[in-house]
Amino acid sequence: MATLYRREVQRFLAVAAQTVGGPVVSTLLFLAVFGVALGRHAPEPGGVPYLVFVTPGLIMMAVLQNAFANTSSSLLVAKVQGNIVDLLLAPLGPGEFLTGMALGGVTRGVLVGALTALAAALFVPLPLANLALCLFYAVGGSLLFALLGVLGGLWAQKMDHQAAVTNFVIAPLTLLSGTFYAVSSLSEPFRSIAYADPVFYIVDGFRHGVTGHSEASPLVGILVVLVSNGLLGVLCHRLLASGWRLRQ
Amino acid sequence: MTEHGQPAAAIVVEGLQKVYPGTGGRAAKHALKGVNLTIPRGSIFGLLGPNGAGKSTLINILAGLVTKSAGTARVWDIDIDEAPRAARAAIGVVPQELTLDPYFPAQAALELQAGLFGIPKAARRTDELLEVLGLADKATAPARSLSGGMRRRLMVGKALVHSPPVLVLDEPTAGVDVALRQQLWDYVRLLNRQGTTVLLTTHYLQEAEALCDQIAVLADGQVVAHDTTDALFRRVEDQELVVDVSPPVSALPDALGAFSPVLASPTRLVFRYGQASGNVDGMLAAIRAAGLRITGVTTKQPDLENVFLQLVQGSASDREGATN
Repeated sequence: MATLYRREVQRFLAVAAQTVGGPVVSTLLFLAVFGVALGRHAPEPGGVPYLVFVTPGLIMMAVLQNAFANTSSSLLVAKVQGNIVDLLLAPLGPGEFLTGMALGGVTRGVLVGALTALAAALFVPLPLANLALCLFYAVGGSLLFALLGVLGGLWAQKMDHQAAVTNFVIAPLTLLSGTFYAVSSLSEPFRSIAYADPVFYIVDGFRHGVTGHSEASPLVGILVVLVSNGLLGVLCHRLLASGWRLRQ
Repeated sequence: MTEHGQPAAAIVVEGLQKVYPGTGGRAAKHALKGVNLTIPRGSIFGLLGPNGAGKSTLINILAGLVTKSAGTARVWDIDIDEAPRAARAAIGVVPQELTLDPYFPAQAALELQAGLFGIPKAARRTDELLEVLGLADKATAPARSLSGGMRRRLMVGKALVHSPPVLVLDEPTAGVDVALRQQLWDYVRLLNRQGTTVLLTTHYLQEAEALCDQIAVLADGQVVAHDTTDALFRRVEDQELVVDVSPPVSALPDALGAFSPVLASPTRLVFRYGQASGNVDGMLAAIRAAGLRITGVTTKQPDLENVFLQLVQGSASDREGATN
């Protein structure tokens, strides 16, 4: 399992400009656009300056998208190129397989998040109200999306499938879960829909860790993260144990 | 198990069946129809058969890449259902498709594969494998720069990182040049002398004849022949002797009747015979006895498709005879 984890990390570090540098720069560009476009007219959700409010959302968006991209692309590329047999021939149990893959995704997500936060802190004052909460939500959120990436990677048979999941599931989830705005300002039914979305609690909880401000109770968020990861982890484990879309 | 703690048979499959479910309107495919096979420890065992016979399915079931529908399979006396991890650790597989992870050069790829098999760093054979497979000078070269032959050798190396007692080679020399083929054969023989049981599928009759102690022929998901290599080849009436004669003849001379040649043209006789039944000296003597002069002689090596055809037909008639 440790070898599989190292393999996953070496894989994205081998093309770090694309897998780490790119997302950091994109997130900073988002930040610049908001800063320039909104200027002094920016809202202050919950009394928090908008750039301080939106930065944790942008960081978490990068964390989640990269955790997902790592596991889903690793699995799909291995399937398409045929070198998935290297993993299938090895005496790895489904738990080891899942843990190695998912931790690779978590590492990329957290690394991208940390670098983005460091770079953003040069331009936006980030209070870092609760480091433990920040770490919990960064790891918990990236684990959830790494597991989603495993699920997507198992299901996808071609690049088009992966692109569909990324564009139609992951992007809306990460963009529309309170990343750029306060969910409490939404009208119904969109507010209720947002409260039913686990990703909202991840973004909101991480924002609480950074700014000290949140819309939902951080404890509810912790519970949501733990339960979501547990359910998705069990599902992925069962699918891997059955050989779904891996073994004929 | 023997007194040395090693099984008598490296691989035992019994009643092995595989049905691939139908997809996209296509009917289900019964790829293996109750295969029974015992591969002795220490042998080089050839699995032959036409395309679609079920060879790769059988190998992939042993490797854990395909899930069987029924039957049992044991690798090194380990049931692949009861202890799949131990079974996988006992077998090294070189798949037919040339695959490559572009992120990892040869040395890193071997190290990773050894790690996936749980081999401690101190016990790894990376440098030894690179050396013996002729990849030492390409150890850190970008993976994409490896030629087809090098990639094939790297795949062999990856199958050997955990020193498995059983090595499976699925079409190991397909598409490789003659020199590399010979190199791989030598290495397979060396591994076998060192105690590795080798199971290989091949389309090259020459390869099977040169390497294998025993051969099983699969056709349509069933074993239609299983014998020692010598015995199997003796059963095949596929040697051909073409003799050009003079003067031209319009009908077969009576003196040649015992050999039943075909008169391909007024000046060409074609004799077909098996390795066991062939009496080339007698054939040539009979031609001379018929008053003909021999102006040219050529021989033709067995053709694999004909061998399969004969074995499949022979098997079908055997079964028919058994039921009558």
